[in-house]
Amino acid sequence: MTNVQHAPEKREDNVPVGPSWDLRLYVAGQTPKSLTAFANLKRICEEHLAGNYQIEVIDLFKNPQLAKGDQILALPTLVRKLPEPVRRIIGDLSNTERVLVGLDLRPRGEG
Amino acid sequence: MQADTALITKSEAPNALPKAATGIQGLDEVTFGGLPRGRPTLICGGPGCGKTLLGMEFLVRGATQFDEPGVCISFEETAEELSRNVASLGFDVDALVAGGKLAIDYIFIERSLIEEAGEYDLEALFVRIAHAVQSVGAKRVVLDSIEALFSGLSGESILRSELRRLFRWLKDQNLTAIITAERGEGSLTRHGLEEYISDCVILLDHRVTESVFTRRLRIVKYRGTTHGTNEFPFLIDSTGFSVLPVTSLDLNHSVSEERVSTGVASLDDMLAGQGYYRGSSVLVSGKAGTGKSSLAAHFVNAACARGERCIYFSFEESEQQVVRNMRSIGIDLEQWIERGLLQFRAIRPTTLGLEMHLVRMHAIINRFDPRIVVIDPSTAMLNSSSELETRNMVLRLVDFLKSRQITALLTTLTDNDDSVDQSGMNISSMVDAWLVLQEVESSGERNRGIFVLKARGTAHSNQIREFLLTGHGVELRDVYLGREGMLMGSARLFQEAKDASEAALLRQDIESKELLRERKRRAIEAQIAALQLELESEEQETQRLIAHQELERKQLEEDQLAMARSRSVNVGASEDNGSKGRMAGGRK
Repeated sequence: MTNVQHAPEKREDNVPVGPSWDLRLYVAGQTPKSLTAFANLKRICEEHLAGNYQIEVIDLFKNPQLAKGDQILALPTLVRKLPEPVRRIIGDLSNTERVLVGLDLRPRGEG
Repeated sequence: MQADTALITKSEAPNALPKAATGIQGLDEVTFGGLPRGRPTLICGGPGCGKTLLGMEFLVRGATQFDEPGVCISFEETAEELSRNVASLGFDVDALVAGGKLAIDYIFIERSLIEEAGEYDLEALFVRIAHAVQSVGAKRVVLDSIEALFSGLSGESILRSELRRLFRWLKDQNLTAIITAERGEGSLTRHGLEEYISDCVILLDHRVTESVFTRRLRIVKYRGTTHGTNEFPFLIDSTGFSVLPVTSLDLNHSVSEERVSTGVASLDDMLAGQGYYRGSSVLVSGKAGTGKSSLAAHFVNAACARGERCIYFSFEESEQQVVRNMRSIGIDLEQWIERGLLQFRAIRPTTLGLEMHLVRMHAIINRFDPRIVVIDPSTAMLNSSSELETRNMVLRLVDFLKSRQITALLTTLTDNDDSVDQSGMNISSMVDAWLVLQEVESSGERNRGIFVLKARGTAHSNQIREFLLTGHGVELRDVYLGREGMLMGSARLFQEAKDASEAALLRQDIESKELLRERKRRAIEAQIAALQLELESEEQETQRLIAHQELERKQLEEDQLAMARSRSVNVGASEDNGSKGRMAGGRK
């Protein structure tokens, strides 16, 4: 689980084109929770992955069929598509420690 | 007996709860029409009790029989797994999915792969269900099993409020839903889902008693409607679910005037010349080897020859065995099996519990829709259960067959001929006709006798006939009844020969006596003739004498006249003065 902890640096060296962190935030409409989640995600990324990430916000009200592909159940859900493996974090991301653990930016057990 | 099992009476308020028929055998009967329409129903039970299958069958039958497309939200099995699992029940899920009649959405939750970081809701689940429902225009939804959420996600209070919202949402969408849940310790479901779903709760159960596996279904709750309250045994077999209503009969089944031949002409004769009533139940009892199966085979053979479908449940012999044995008495059952008119079901009684047998038989009968069912022998069930249970079961089966206008022939094996009730399980009161096969042992051989102990509504023969198994089937012979009592077999033949010779002797005797009488008659006639002759000759003689005497008398008169003439001068004067002359003569 922790073997990809330093992957971003390596990838940065090897793959110069495009950000190495591909994140998707699934929401359903502009609810307070989804707005909070987006704000939290933006902040964490800026702090930890500055310049090396992209966030795609998917509104399931507009694209309900997309929920199936990423096995979305709870909202909001953050899916880390890259780097692999895929990780899922649910909730409004207000617990930063858990978000960092979920994104493998911090080893498990510490938070 | 009928009354206590007929717990279900069909009484439903006119403005009853709208129901969605499940199409599942028996379930619509015990729920009086199906599950509450537009409401969620909770199906709970332990692992492996058939919750998922029930849900899937509900969807498949909805899509195929009621034109109500469905959605399955599966939390446990992928669409492929589900499709494969129910393929064994003969459901082609893939075709339904392809045809837009069914949508399956597999929701995968793995706690270790999900990090929870803050508040969340299950809106995505709603979105997915709504999307699936929209894609096929679903009227039915199955959530199997939603409790996976509890193991996949930690926020129990969130989950509970979300579930509450979900069930309300399902109602608002007017979806007939099945929610499955695992049974909990001391409660219906592990996570208390029964709190939220209060319209209808069905409990599935399976248990093993005396090494026999029985599945049962119970409707714990069904708000606003009557329902069967008993535990109903059910079965999952190659065609899906079958629930067995305790009884669906209230003794008002229509009765038929039609007769069906027993397959043995001489036996038909004993039953007013026409055989059994259509839709009646016939009991054939007898000891081992008295020919019960043969009689059943005749019946089946005749029915198949008329083109009627038959099912032969054999609990003691295999299909091949029965076919071979019947061939030996000249009955070819194989041809009917090949033509699809006869279904053979050989079942070991011990392999299943009594109720499972019953459910299975129900399912087979429902599927094949026969006109005639043979259960040979029904006493075999006794091995797997108590007598009372067996009796109840047979009663239920008989009732079921009657309600379907199926003529049933049950055989029972009896231990001894002289018991009061020879039916073996006291089922004689339930049947309409009862044939008894008896063994009669005399002069070193065993012979079979048959008599009709009862035949409701039939002027049946009260006689015992000899029952012969020949190379061309069963034959009934009149038994010898005479001075020597009732005789059968070679004793009968001997007695008949003896009687024949006695009769011949008697006939000769009579003939000789007649001859004698004839002779005597002739002799007497001759005597009469002789006497007549004598009489005639005597008469002639007498007449001749009379004539002779007459002649003499005339001669005398003439002589006297001549004398008088010669003595008197004037005959005329003397005649005129006769008195004078006499007076004068007197004075002289």
